[in-house]
This record gives sequence, structure tokens and C-alpha cells, in this order.
Amino acid sequence: MGAITHSRKSNSLPALLQKFTGVAVSRCYQCGKCSAGCPLAEEMDYTPSRILRMLQLGLDGHEDSILRSFSLWVCLACETCYARCPQEVDIPKMMDFLRAESVSRKKVNPRGRDLLKFHQTLLDSVRYTGRLYEVGLIAGYKARTLNIFQDLMLAPRLYLLGKLKLFPHFIKNRKSLSRIYEKTGA
Amino acid sequence: MTKIGYYPGCSLLGTAREYDESLRAILPRMGVELVDVPDWNCCGASSAHMLNHELSLSLPARILSSAENKGITDMLVPCAACYNRFVMTIHELNEDSKLRARVADITGLDYRGTIHPLNILEFLEKRTDAVKAATALPFERNVACYYGCLLVRPPTVMKFDRSEDPRTMDDLMSAVGANPVDWAFKVECCGAGLSITSPALVGKLSGRIIENAVKSGAEAIIVACPLCHANLDMRRSAINKAAGKKYTVPVLYITQAVGLAMGLKEKELGLHRHLVKVRFPADRGAAQAPTHAQPAADSEPAQTEEA
Repeated sequence: MGAITHSRKSNSLPALLQKFTGVAVSRCYQCGKCSAGCPLAEEMDYTPSRILRMLQLGLDGHEDSILRSFSLWVCLACETCYARCPQEVDIPKMMDFLRAESVSRKKVNPRGRDLLKFHQTLLDSVRYTGRLYEVGLIAGYKARTLNIFQDLMLAPRLYLLGKLKLFPHFIKNRKSLSRIYEKTGA
Repeated sequence: MTKIGYYPGCSLLGTAREYDESLRAILPRMGVELVDVPDWNCCGASSAHMLNHELSLSLPARILSSAENKGITDMLVPCAACYNRFVMTIHELNEDSKLRARVADITGLDYRGTIHPLNILEFLEKRTDAVKAATALPFERNVACYYGCLLVRPPTVMKFDRSEDPRTMDDLMSAVGANPVDWAFKVECCGAGLSITSPALVGKLSGRIIENAVKSGAEAIIVACPLCHANLDMRRSAINKAAGKKYTVPVLYITQAVGLAMGLKEKELGLHRHLVKVRFPADRGAAQAPTHAQPAADSEPAQTEEA
């Protein structure tokens, strides 16, 4: 395989992306279909096609801008971009990789921190009970982000409709989940 | 009775319990019995694949192995999000033997690849004849069939229906007497996992879906995913705020719509658990139109009214 991007460094973001996910940014020919169909494009600082272009060019500061972008967090992985890409660039997989890099390099966008906390709260809940406990998730998230008043009005209604359970369900073999979490470093 | 494996997923035990209730209510009429996957865990949902690839494969892999050990081959997964995670996991494990070995090491369990997850639409489609035969009160309403993201995308992996204009749910609703409308937002994203973190954003995204459904003449929106339902139903106040309108169109799980057509009662189908009440505009005069979901005293004619 020849040069995959304009950048030749083996530790560049596009090189790491291809090594770990197989996604080659060089395949993108900038038709823009991904950004046109993205339901969150207008909320993003860099649209999907722009992120691809920045990775292709690899100019100074591009990698940092991508890792610090809000786009990584507002992306919902709805997969519309990938479904429509004529070059079959797996953009959601790329976003997953970039998001994980953004966390490990401590470059999470300030507006993305609440979303990160949400995902972490959800995964913590699963780690200790085995299942997602919605009340715990919402309460834990609101407490972590100090958004305690948001949705306060919805909870009693949901409870009356029988949709909220007061106690979590614990699966029996929780050790097997601890094992999974430890081995995956989650 | 045919036995089939069942993975309800976490939502169906909580906010989407009416999906589970309505499914269990219609199954006896189709001669199907559920066998729960033993000691199942959460599939990891979006959060696992958003943050940790190996975790996003290992959590579903534990469930798949556990189901296989119980002798399950067909596993019904009504939640579109869980279903998507299973299909994606199976795809990745089958494609990459090294990854498969790595995941087996993480879970300490053997995944043999003998299991086949079924989404609710595939499951019902295979039993269309039984559904038709059990139809007692044809659901004679204009409906917008909303598929969302996860049943059809990515098409290269999901390989289910047509990714831009799927038909399975439309055909099923036709089979129970409904009139599926032609509309543009069948596979648009509702905002899914942003529901708790950014309700305003969800109001905007889901609002577009509701608006298009109503404009296309839908009297009800039919869904097959707890996240879609949560956003279109529970987030209705955020939707109405974003749209500056008061949408009253109800959102039903496919299992609830089928159940109504089978003549089952509102409570059996969990219709009373919705935030947006399931009631329909005044009858158009159709003799067999289902009126049991509509309180007699109620006469709200409009789907929308200016706030």
C-alpha cells in the first residue's frame, strides 16, 4: 500500500486511524454527501467531510483542532454518512476512534464534557449492576454535571406512568462483567 | 407453540415497558413463546462504542455466548439499538479472527456463531399470515411508519430492507388494515442518545420528524425502537417548544398497533403509559375503526394547533 495520506508520519492521526480501524481518509474525494445528510452538521464546528479533508492535509494544528472539536461529541453515530458515502468511508468508526483519542489525550471539548460524563455514567451503571438502570443513569448524570433541575418535572410523571423503577436490577454473575471491564480497560 | 429466544434489553424493563407488555400480549395469538436469555447484561448501547471499541464488542459477546449455551438459535431483539449492536458485533467477530480470539479472552466465553438475532419487523413479517388471521378490528388509520437509524444502517452490515425507503413496517401496517402514508422522514435520526444531555436539540430533530409525519396526514406514528419512542413521546414538550406548535399525534410501538388490530385492550398493550395520549381524531365514519383507544367524551379534532 502506498502513501495513504499527505502526511508521512507513522504516528499521525490518519496513520493511526488506518492502523487501528482500517479507515483510509485518502478514499474521500470530498463530494460532501456526508455533511449534507448529517442531521447534526449545523451543530458541529467541523462537518464530517471537513474533518476528512483536515486529516488528508495534515497541516499544523489540524489534528489538535479535530481532537478538541465539539463534532466528536455531538455526532450520534446515526450512520447516515456511511450509508450514503460513495467511497464507503466508515465515518462513524472514524468518529469513535477520534473520540477515544480525544479522551486519552485529554483534549475533550468543553461542550463535550457533559456528553462524556453521560456515557461514563451509563457504563459505570452497567459495570456494577450488569444492566442499565435508567433512574441511576439520569440521577447520576444530573449530579455529575450539576444539571439537577433539568428534567426534574418529567420524573414524577414517568414514575406515575410506571416507567421508572426505584431500584436497580442486579444480574447474578457480575464478576464476569468486572472481568470484561478490567480487561478492556474501561 | 414455537419457542424463540428473547433479549428484551434494559429499556424494555423500564421506560419502554409497554413495548415488552404489548409484545407479550400479541405473541400467544401467533403461537410463539419466549425463552429469556439467562442472566443477560446490557449491550453497552451507544456509550460503549462511543468510548471503547473492545468493550462495545465484549458486552454483546457475553450475551450471545450465554444465549448459545442455552441452546438459542433465533433470538428476538425488539430494541433496535440492542439489535444493531448484536449484528455489528457478529459482523466484526466473523470478519476478524484475531479480534474474535481477543474478545473470547476478554469475556472468558466461547462465541460459536450459531446465533441469529431477529429484529421485531423481521419477526412479524415472517408471521404476517398469523397477524392477518388474528386481526379483528382493522387499524383503519393513516400511519407514518418510522424506522429510525439503527434497523437499516449501516446497510452493508445490517442488510435489512432498503436503507433509504424501507417497506417492511408499511407492509405490516397495511396487513392490519392501516394506510401507511408516503413521507420523507422514515429513516431520519430522532436525536437518540442526546435525549438526556441535550433535550433542546432532540426537540429540534424529533420535531422535524413529527412535523413531516403530520403534514403527510398521519394520525399516528408507528415505531420499532424504544429510543425513537422516548424522543417522540416523552420529549413532546421540548418538540412543541422548538416547533412553536402543539402536536398531539400519538406514537405507538408496532406491537401496540398490531395488538389494537387484534382487539386487545388498551391496558394489556400499555397504551396508558404514554405521555402523549393515544387518541385519534373524530371518526371518518369507518364502521370498524378502532375507537376503544379513544375516550368517548374526547373530541379533539386537530392534530396540531397553534400554541
